[in-house]
Amino acid sequence: MKKVLLSGNEAIARGAYEAGALVACAYPGTPSTEILENITQFQEIDASWAPNEKVALEVGIGACFGGARALVTMKHVGVNVAADPLFTLSYTGVCGGLVLVTADDPELHSSQNEQDNRNFAKFAKVPMMEPADSQEALAFTKLAFEISEQFDTPVFLRSTTRISHSKSAVFLGERPTDIPAPKLERNPAKLVMLPGNARKLHPIIEQRTLDLEKWACQQSFNQVDEGAGEIGVITSGVSYQYVKETMPDADVLKLGMVYPLPKRLIRDFAAKYKTLYVVEELDPFIEEQVRAMGIEVIGKDKISICGELTPGRVKMQLFDQEAPTEDTSPELPPRPPSMCPGCPHRGVFYELKKAKAYVSGDIGCYTLGFMPPLSAMDTCICMGASVGIATGISKVLPEEERRKVVAVIGDSTFLHTGINGLMDMVYNKSTSTLIILDNRITAMTGRQENPTSGYQLNELEAPRVDLEQLCRAVGVKHVTILDPYDLALTGKVIRAEMARPEVSVIITTKPCMLVPRDNPIPRPPLLVDHDKCTGCKACLQIGCPAIVWDAEKKKSIVDSIICTGCKVCLQTCRFDAFQECGDKS
Amino acid sequence: MSKINNILLAGVGGQGILLASEVISEVMLMAGLDVKKNEIHGMSQRGGSVVSHVRYGEKVYSSIIPEGEVDILFSFELLETCRYLPLLRQNGRVVVSDWKISPPAVARGVQAYPENLTQKICQQFPASVVVDGLNLALAAGNAKTVNTVLLGALSNILKFDRELWLTALQTMIPKSLLDVNLRAFEAGCQVK
Repeated sequence: MKKVLLSGNEAIARGAYEAGALVACAYPGTPSTEILENITQFQEIDASWAPNEKVALEVGIGACFGGARALVTMKHVGVNVAADPLFTLSYTGVCGGLVLVTADDPELHSSQNEQDNRNFAKFAKVPMMEPADSQEALAFTKLAFEISEQFDTPVFLRSTTRISHSKSAVFLGERPTDIPAPKLERNPAKLVMLPGNARKLHPIIEQRTLDLEKWACQQSFNQVDEGAGEIGVITSGVSYQYVKETMPDADVLKLGMVYPLPKRLIRDFAAKYKTLYVVEELDPFIEEQVRAMGIEVIGKDKISICGELTPGRVKMQLFDQEAPTEDTSPELPPRPPSMCPGCPHRGVFYELKKAKAYVSGDIGCYTLGFMPPLSAMDTCICMGASVGIATGISKVLPEEERRKVVAVIGDSTFLHTGINGLMDMVYNKSTSTLIILDNRITAMTGRQENPTSGYQLNELEAPRVDLEQLCRAVGVKHVTILDPYDLALTGKVIRAEMARPEVSVIITTKPCMLVPRDNPIPRPPLLVDHDKCTGCKACLQIGCPAIVWDAEKKKSIVDSIICTGCKVCLQTCRFDAFQECGDKS
Repeated sequence: MSKINNILLAGVGGQGILLASEVISEVMLMAGLDVKKNEIHGMSQRGGSVVSHVRYGEKVYSSIIPEGEVDILFSFELLETCRYLPLLRQNGRVVVSDWKISPPAVARGVQAYPENLTQKICQQFPASVVVDGLNLALAAGNAKTVNTVLLGALSNILKFDRELWLTALQTMIPKSLLDVNLRAFEAGCQVK
């Protein structure tokens, strides 16, 4: 067998391949995105980006109803969007196996909240597997498909950032050759969830959970590591690794399935120890269920509910041992992410700040418009929320304040769930302004195609959604197409539309600088003529990483290696100090 | 338990840190060791701080290096190096490229880039190696091979078969850039 280093996400993709999956569907979201990107190497699997997680799951459901095995992947908050089909899919069960990957993000490395999606398993009555490394990510993905078909249920595979983005050694297997051919089979009693049908299924899924619980007690994915026999630890997922690292002598019950819990196994294990720990990240999910069995444990009274665990944090929180942390003293200025040099969003936020707009923001690269010096974002909740929030806040404000409200959203996020908010704006006669920053790509997660890109996941050409026509079709009368690199025009249009007492949409149309196919002709970098630069620092207010203040000369300089020649800086300079390289005017 | 070796890579998005950690991990895998590596994606392309953990030995559990147990801090930028010094073992060492990249507050002229960082690093960890990465990379023929220069310097310390490094580089670097990277690696190997 071949041994390779794979990330958890690569291993999940490989697991779906080795399970004979025929369809994979997702909306990108850190830390889940690379699963679908890696699945494209397997020609046998139809892999696609959906406009949002709900659609992705519905596509997966359709494929599984057709008899195929289907993988659907998303980040933790994506499951909120997909929850509606999920909860009823739990009733219908599956035809071909369906595995739903939820990639949680403890520590909020790249997320707006820290929700623990193990709760979804209990809530939706869906079993959940939780791998602890890449080898298990592969094995559990395959196993999840088998469980799905054996117990007639969708199955969750829960990853976390440290599983998805860690690499470890994996032995590869083969894809089966006897994959059943999908076919149409009518079974309305199972697949049409009217009250009469669903009512009959409810007791069946309750029994399913009990059956799974009993079955899981005999499965090797729930395993005991024998230690010195003095203290017992119940754990799962990545926390298992930290337990092994910091408590090498403990006896460990490692749960591969975190819902339903194998109660008999837990009871037998717990009976052996005076001191029993539950080590888990985020919520006391295992702990509360173990306590409900009447078993005393040490858990969240010691281990924080907030943030991820590390070996040091386990030692510090459980045993009060010192663990050093990185140096966060103010002498070392932090290095947060910022909008890329040449990003077409920069000028829009620069002008929004100048117009003193109240910016209802959204999820994407442009959320970085919050960072100084642009500092032009006032709210950000979830995908698509900018639009509804702008409508709502406008409803309650007096006239002069209402005009300041501007919603800002990217193309991908607009199609994800923003379009519904725009329909509401028109239908309920809001007066807000919506700016759609159309860079033709889902940029923040690493440049994934979407229905505005003109390309699919596999880079085959696809029809492009015409955002202007879409906005007009839902009833927006005032739609302006804008070149965001033209600062004066951008400022003028923003002010005019803010003042307009009707719904209006501004669409900026410049592509993401990082997509080569959309930027075929490189522009020469700029340089600063130090005879003309007065050191006024106006150009530093756009927050471009290519412009650096030279503290000795007290002048700005351009880093020509990363400058893309977008000329936004040039328009902020009153002294004409910026010029194109080679331009000796 | 046999000793696990811990390398923490640090630097700025765009410096090739993730590729460097891939190469190190591949060398360890080829050497027959258990390897884990870990990093945070997502923000790296946008000029933020980037770290990558690489651990190898007979059996590795956590992919995050236990705090205070870093053997080698392998770093591409001076200020980023200093952030992670507290995570080193007492007798740990630093392999660092002598390169300064201004973080946003410094680039905007709001804050100063801290001074005497090289001295601070070498005082605290006398076995450290400071590499003039950028100039060696330029001499090799491409400013973007600083990461490979540093890998050369690291290979001196780790003492694995040189062939493993060359094989890893050949597998992971596109053909058109291989020659310049091999020159960069060689330049790094010459740093004592």
